[in-house]
Amino acid sequence: MFYREAGQFKASYQNDQQIFPIRQDQIGFIALMGFLFLVVPFIANQYWLQAVLIPVLIFGLAALGLNILTGYAGQLSLGSAAFMAVGAFGTYNFMLRIDGIPFLVALLLGGLCAAAIGILFGLPSLRIKGFYLAVATLAAQFFIVWVLVKFGWFSNYSSSGVITAQHVNILGVDFRSPEMKYLLTLTVVVVMALLAKNMVRSSTGRKWMAVRDMDVAAEVIGIRLMRTKLQAFAISSFYCGVAGALYAYMYLGTVEPEGFNLDMSFRILFMIIIGGVGSIMGSFIGAAFIVLLPVFLNVAFHSTIGAYVPADLASNLELIIFGALIIFFLIVEPHGLARLWQLTKEKLRLWPFPH
Amino acid sequence: MAREFGDVIIDLQNISLRFGGVKALTDISFNVREHEIRAIIGPNGAGKSSMLNVINGVYHPQEGKIIFHGQERQKMEPYEAASQGIARTFQNIALFKGMTVLDNIMTGRNLMMKTNFLHHALFWGKAQREEIEHRKKVEEVIEFLEIQSIRKTPVGRLPYGLQKRVELARALAAEPNLLLLDEPMAGMNVEEKQDMCRFILDVNDQFGTTIVLIEHDMGVVMDISDRVVVLDYGKKIGDGPPDEVKNDPKVIDAYLGTSH
Amino acid sequence: MTFFLEVLIGGLLSGVLYALVALGFVLIFKASGVFNFAQGAMVFFAALTFVGFTEVLPGWTGLAPGSGAVFWLAFILALSSMIVLGIATERVVLRPLVNQAPITLFMVTIGLTFFIEGVAQGIWGSHVRRLDLGIEDVPVMFLLDNFDMMISQFDVIAAVLALVMFVALAVMFQYTKVGRALRAVADDHQAALSVGIPLKHIWAIVWSVAGFVALIAGLIWGARNGVQFALTFTALKALPVLILGGFTSVPGAIIGGLIIGASEKVAEVYLGPYVGGGIEGWFPYILAMLFLLVRPEGLFGEKHIDRV
Repeated sequence: MFYREAGQFKASYQNDQQIFPIRQDQIGFIALMGFLFLVVPFIANQYWLQAVLIPVLIFGLAALGLNILTGYAGQLSLGSAAFMAVGAFGTYNFMLRIDGIPFLVALLLGGLCAAAIGILFGLPSLRIKGFYLAVATLAAQFFIVWVLVKFGWFSNYSSSGVITAQHVNILGVDFRSPEMKYLLTLTVVVVMALLAKNMVRSSTGRKWMAVRDMDVAAEVIGIRLMRTKLQAFAISSFYCGVAGALYAYMYLGTVEPEGFNLDMSFRILFMIIIGGVGSIMGSFIGAAFIVLLPVFLNVAFHSTIGAYVPADLASNLELIIFGALIIFFLIVEPHGLARLWQLTKEKLRLWPFPH
Repeated sequence: MAREFGDVIIDLQNISLRFGGVKALTDISFNVREHEIRAIIGPNGAGKSSMLNVINGVYHPQEGKIIFHGQERQKMEPYEAASQGIARTFQNIALFKGMTVLDNIMTGRNLMMKTNFLHHALFWGKAQREEIEHRKKVEEVIEFLEIQSIRKTPVGRLPYGLQKRVELARALAAEPNLLLLDEPMAGMNVEEKQDMCRFILDVNDQFGTTIVLIEHDMGVVMDISDRVVVLDYGKKIGDGPPDEVKNDPKVIDAYLGTSH
Repeated sequence: MTFFLEVLIGGLLSGVLYALVALGFVLIFKASGVFNFAQGAMVFFAALTFVGFTEVLPGWTGLAPGSGAVFWLAFILALSSMIVLGIATERVVLRPLVNQAPITLFMVTIGLTFFIEGVAQGIWGSHVRRLDLGIEDVPVMFLLDNFDMMISQFDVIAAVLALVMFVALAVMFQYTKVGRALRAVADDHQAALSVGIPLKHIWAIVWSVAGFVALIAGLIWGARNGVQFALTFTALKALPVLILGGFTSVPGAIIGGLIIGASEKVAEVYLGPYVGGGIEGWFPYILAMLFLLVRPEGLFGEKHIDRV
């Protein structure tokens, strides 16, 4: 089957504004969802589900959150991990303190906490841009983690702020097994990714991109910079917050504030640079790339040298490869892997008569 | 040209604007009448763009009054000016480079859109209806400016002349009653200029939009404008119908240059 | 009162070190418009390279460990490494990105940070090292005897060393040919090019000088707290310093450094006990953030007017 739109005429604006305007994309998306929901839980083993697929989905969601802020609204943040922490600890406290609260409600409320904090730390963006703002987001990174460590209330007075996620039970169904955790994570992530896709293709997304591309012109056509930027901060932090809660409840089970450190924020930033700044799918491609790279390195070493890399060397190698990749991508393909995918599709659409 | 004009839509009185010690505008007064095409001319650095920036609130003059629709205007931010029907284009094209032509023009409708991000996230019912309704309006503008074939192209890939046209489209999508054009024909070839002139005249004629424009091409200015303001070094040195200004010795001296 | 002064002076002295890192940022930012996030990593790289060489040189050359010859040889080798690193960065990383958005340049230096940290630890190992400059960390006896104040001799000497560097750089900027060219480049790239200043040459010099500054900062800091990865976090505090001082002002970097150093120590000692301590970690950033709300252009930076 060819990838092309010949013969697919759009007779109404409604048709023209579909989420996947080209039929092959629709089929592809449905096939992918069918595979992820119906096939993967049966063929993937525990290791793949817990060590690869779940973290890829969760980090993809966090990267999507950062991408909303950085890729679409053009505001750089180095504090994504801190907003994940807010989401995780928020959800934990709602679960802990409100008897019988449904997990999904606690998750939503945790995300809203992150959104509120996001607005607070987004305030400087009204007066500053670029790396000035990046420094202000560092304030969020260090301050939030400090608060969660120092004030025992947030972790129910456990030592050094460690929290253990409660068991999740939705309508009598237990989410204990890796398969169930995977399915719940996948559902939340897919729904939120679709909502994000809808936002970025409507007037909300256009306002973000207008502010990103040229803020003076945006203001002149009536876009209120303050409202738009803070909205992007809130929604981005909400996404990061939900990702943080999933990280605690569906991935690790036990987390501490220090785990949501600057290094994690950087990794999320790297995911969007490598995956694609301003691309929803790119967020997930980037997350897969960054999560899988260490795994891949180890396997590659094991098969060539016959021994696993010492942890010390592995972590340094990881730093070097991450750094080099960032430099490479920013120089060669600033729109990341998603752009390469896009270009391939465009070529395919016109193939074999590109002119 | 015997054209009838309505009331004064905006009246600028004794405007002075400084950046630190640099005087950009000194004591400038002029008005714009409804439905007219008002040109601002002057050499580089005369303060023309600053004048437009004062009108739509990007700069705030230190002295002077702005009477807009009969009321003295307080310090106003650009988005407020936009909500009162002032739209504009820029000297150095200020399109949103990462977006398609269609999306750029759609941003021009944002003030008229009532749905919020929650509607958009679901993209269902109200949000979709609204999107389609505004898309129709935008398509009218696209048709008017004859840019149908490029609607899905990212603006960064378009040639200069077309980018200027898209910028005009974005301004028109807002259905402004006062349109500010900063050198709409700069860098265009003759055909493109003719097209642009036709569009400007059509906008003025069909929609009754009042237009203030800055332009260097004297032929164009003299052809299409009803009244002309001449600036030099931030001061007003002439004001009146094109024929009158053209023969004003002060203007000839400062701007058109004396013919020897 | 004496205690307060001790805290204050202690803070000011560590502020000098922040200023030293910030100075590296300012130099590169002025000359090339790049906000070099990797300056902190460069400090770490410099200190680690120096210590690494002092460890391996005796084995290679037969010189006595800890001798002056080893010190100076290691210093020269570390400095050369910094210069090579600086020039390579300018050539390989930044030159292909000329005219890109500032935010892209900023992100690329974050990548560079990871790369440099990985390479440094890959070569020399990740364990904590001691760095001995031969200056003892004892109180200055004169102050202890006469004013009953505990001020470390090491800190004082380090501060003096830093001040000498500031003065030397200021003199270089003001009176030498290279300095004039640097100032011209900082003012306007195009104009500097058009009067025949070799821009690329200047960038190479600036990156080398920044490398030198990083080395000095790395030595002093490494000697104080040991050479370890945590150095990169301390170096990050140069960022709030820059926000206070403005990105383009050398005096701003110094005064910003002093303010950050002093205020974080005073806050830690007087406010810390009430909230459980450890506020040094974030105080400079929050201070900088609040400051940004009031005065976005910094203490000495110029107000920027958007032209449209």
